[in-house]
Amino acid sequence: MHRRLFRWRLAVAAAGALMLLALYFSLVYAPTERTMGQVQRVFYFHLGNAWNAFLAFFLVMVASIGYLKTRSRRWDIYAEALAEVGVVFTTVVLITGSIWGRAAWNTWWTWDPRLTTTLVLWFIYDGYLALRASLENWETRARLSAVYGIVGFVNVPIVFMSIRWWRTIHPVVISLSGMDMDPRMVPAMLASLLAFTLLLGVCTVLRAQISQSADALQSMKDAFRQD
Amino acid sequence: MRAYWRQVGWILWKELRAEWRTRQTVTSMAIFAFLVIVVFSFAFDPTRDVTRQVLPGILWIAYLFAAVLGLNRSFMVERFNDSLLGLLSAPMDRSTIYFGKAAANLLFVLLVEALSLPVFLALYDVLPDLRLEELLLVLLLGTLGFVEVGTFLSALSANSRSSELLLPLLLFPVALPVVIASVQLTAVLLAAPAAAGAVAPGWAGLWSLPWLKVLLVYDGVFLLLPFLLFDYVLEV
Repeated sequence: MHRRLFRWRLAVAAAGALMLLALYFSLVYAPTERTMGQVQRVFYFHLGNAWNAFLAFFLVMVASIGYLKTRSRRWDIYAEALAEVGVVFTTVVLITGSIWGRAAWNTWWTWDPRLTTTLVLWFIYDGYLALRASLENWETRARLSAVYGIVGFVNVPIVFMSIRWWRTIHPVVISLSGMDMDPRMVPAMLASLLAFTLLLGVCTVLRAQISQSADALQSMKDAFRQD
Repeated sequence: MRAYWRQVGWILWKELRAEWRTRQTVTSMAIFAFLVIVVFSFAFDPTRDVTRQVLPGILWIAYLFAAVLGLNRSFMVERFNDSLLGLLSAPMDRSTIYFGKAAANLLFVLLVEALSLPVFLALYDVLPDLRLEELLLVLLLGTLGFVEVGTFLSALSANSRSSELLLPLLLFPVALPVVIASVQLTAVLLAAPAAAGAVAPGWAGLWSLPWLKVLLVYDGVFLLLPFLLFDYVLEV
């Protein structure tokens, strides 16, 4: 028990330290972008959030498949935690992207494939959370939301491709030919990527623990009522 | 395999008979689609050229919103008298229920479209340069995709007490590729200025766009997914 607690505190401390490091690299170390100016610095956190939002939703699908296969409450708790944290991350992505877009494209929003797909993802997982909220029996909730968690994610490539054919202007920062940025910007990008990945993990575990505590409390209540 | 399709046929037959007794779903959907078209003609003046740009969108919004009305009822009606339990205890593969219901919903929505398309074309006066065969194919493929996902998600949301609220929320984000592809194809076919670039006439021109392929892929994927996952939706 003590060892688990220690590892957990280590993870939280590491996430916090990395976040500070990411802030330093993004705000101080990385050079100011020539055309966009200081606003461009929001990009580092934008990318860290975007990557992890997609990761979270992918893991929702993994947890959903896991639940349907094993019917274990644990998978369901993690699917829920990941979806909730993923929606928060996606909201941050949309807002930071909007701020960046205002500086770079002189508009708060464009109907570019990546922006629009992110927005659609946000809607899909809002729907996912609404579905969960509307079902009371936990097993029904787990089963049906698992199905939607799979369908929602499988659909993402089709959504992305159809919006891509529809129109496109998002800058391709990372392509197969390498990175199109100042080398001093790279540590900022990597640090915030890592910091937000750890944050995703910490938030998810924390959220899952709340569910587990709620379960434990419920079974205690049930035990008392029986006496 | 033949027994499987015969069972699908039975479900379809049951749906058609139940609908024929009340004729409630199709009538409401048709009137609603008509209503949406009329409301839009007040919002966007049909006598103006600009209107032609938004026309494909209006058409599909009318159809898809009407379809949601019918889809909402598709599994809701089975909740009375424990009909769903009756269906589930039938000695059949569960997915036959899905395919039978999806086929019935497809027929209902197509019927609504057939009834309202002439009215729509007349009201917005787009008859001269109409490419009817292609338009019918696009209507069929687009409606098929929407109904496939819609029937599946209708079964899913019917478990919830607030299913009428839930279904559109779940359905529209997932059905987005259908909306984009269908509207784009319809725009090309109605020669609306919104169509991206000039397209060669005939099937080859239509096929040179990505949209028919998007519809085919989508329809295929969402035929397969419910087949794999429907058993999980209808567990007792």
